Amino acid sequence: MTTRTIATQRSAMGMPTGRLAIWWVLMSEIVIFGGILVSYILHRIAHPEWGEQAAYTNVHLGATNTLVLLSSSLSAVLAHAAAERGDGKRAAFLLRLTILGGLMFLIIKSFEWTHEIQEGFTLQSGGFWSYYYTAAGVHAFHVIAGMCIMAWVASTAAKNQDLHRVENVGIYWHFVDLVWIFLFPLLYIAK
Amino acid sequence: MTTHPQAPGHGTAAHGESHEAHYVRIWAILVVLLLVSYFGPMVATKLGWHWLLLTTAFGVAVIKAYMVAKNFMHINVENRIIHFMMITGVALMVLLYGAIAPDIQKGTGQNWEKDAGFHHSFTTSKPHHAGGHEAADEHAAPADEHATPAAPAPAASESTGASGH
Repeated sequence: MTTRTIATQRSAMGMPTGRLAIWWVLMSEIVIFGGILVSYILHRIAHPEWGEQAAYTNVHLGATNTLVLLSSSLSAVLAHAAAERGDGKRAAFLLRLTILGGLMFLIIKSFEWTHEIQEGFTLQSGGFWSYYYTAAGVHAFHVIAGMCIMAWVASTAAKNQDLHRVENVGIYWHFVDLVWIFLFPLLYIAK
Repeated sequence: MTTHPQAPGHGTAAHGESHEAHYVRIWAILVVLLLVSYFGPMVATKLGWHWLLLTTAFGVAVIKAYMVAKNFMHINVENRIIHFMMITGVALMVLLYGAIAPDIQKGTGQNWEKDAGFHHSFTTSKPHHAGGHEAADEHAAPADEHATPAAPAPAASESTGASGH
C-alpha cells in the first residue's frame, strides 16, 4: 500500500502548502539577514573610518556577481514559466542554467576572498571585515543551499513530476538575489 | 500546479512566450539599473555630490528589489497573508534598529557615557598602564556615580573587547 501527502492545499489560505511554506522560510530569512544588515548599517554610521576599509573591496567583482545573480534570477523565472506550460524538460534545463549561475557566483566570490585574505584582510581584521565576511558568507551559504535544492527539483521536473516545486525554489532564489542587491551597495559602494 | 492571476502562461505557447519576453525586458531594466548603481557613485565621488552617491547606490537598490519582488516573485498577486508575513518580518527589522540604535549612535545615556572607553581605551590601554585606577576613575565618574573604585578597570577592558574595531 502506498501513501500520498494529502495536505497539498491550504483551503483557509487558498494557496498551496509548499508555496506558503517557502514564504514562511523567507519571513525568517528577513529576520536573519535583516539583523545582519541593520546592525551593519548602525555600526557603519557610527564608524565613518570603516569607509577606508570598504575601499579595499573589489567593486568590479561585486558588480559582476550582481549581474550573474540577476541573470540567474531570469533563468529561474523562465523555468517557472516553462513549468506553468507543463514543459518539464525546459524547466529542468533552465533550473540547471540557474545552478550554473550560482556556481559562477561562488567561483568569483572565492577568487575575491582569496585575494583579500592574501592581502591580510581576514575575519579578525576589524569590525568592517567581520561584517563583510559574515554577511557575504551567510549569503553564499544560502546560494549553495539553493543550488542543492534546485538540482533535486530539476531532476524531478525533467520527468514532468512535481512541477509546482519549480516556482517554490524560484521564489527562494529570487530572495537570495534580492539580499545581494542590498549587500552590493552596502559592502562595495559605500566607501 | 498553481497559477497566479498575472503569472505566466495559462494556456497557449504564444501566451507563455509573451510572458518570457516580459521577463527578459525586466532583466534588461535591472541590468541598466545595475550600471547606474555602478557608475553613479563614481561620478558622485568625483563631483563630491554625496546625495547622488546615496541615490544611485541605495535608491536604485530599493527599485531593483521592488522589481524583483513584483515581477519575478509575483508578490503583488500573492495572498494577503503573505503580505502580512513579509510586513511582519520587515517590522521586526525596524524594531531591532530602533531598539539598538541609541546604544550605538548616541554618545551618552542615563547611566553611561560612551566616550569613557569606546574608541579610546582599546587603542591606548590607558586604564591598565598609564593611569591605573586614577585614569579609570576619571572616565567612570561621570558615567556611573555608583561605580566602585575597583570596578572601572575590568569594565574598560570589557568594552575594549566588545568594540574592538
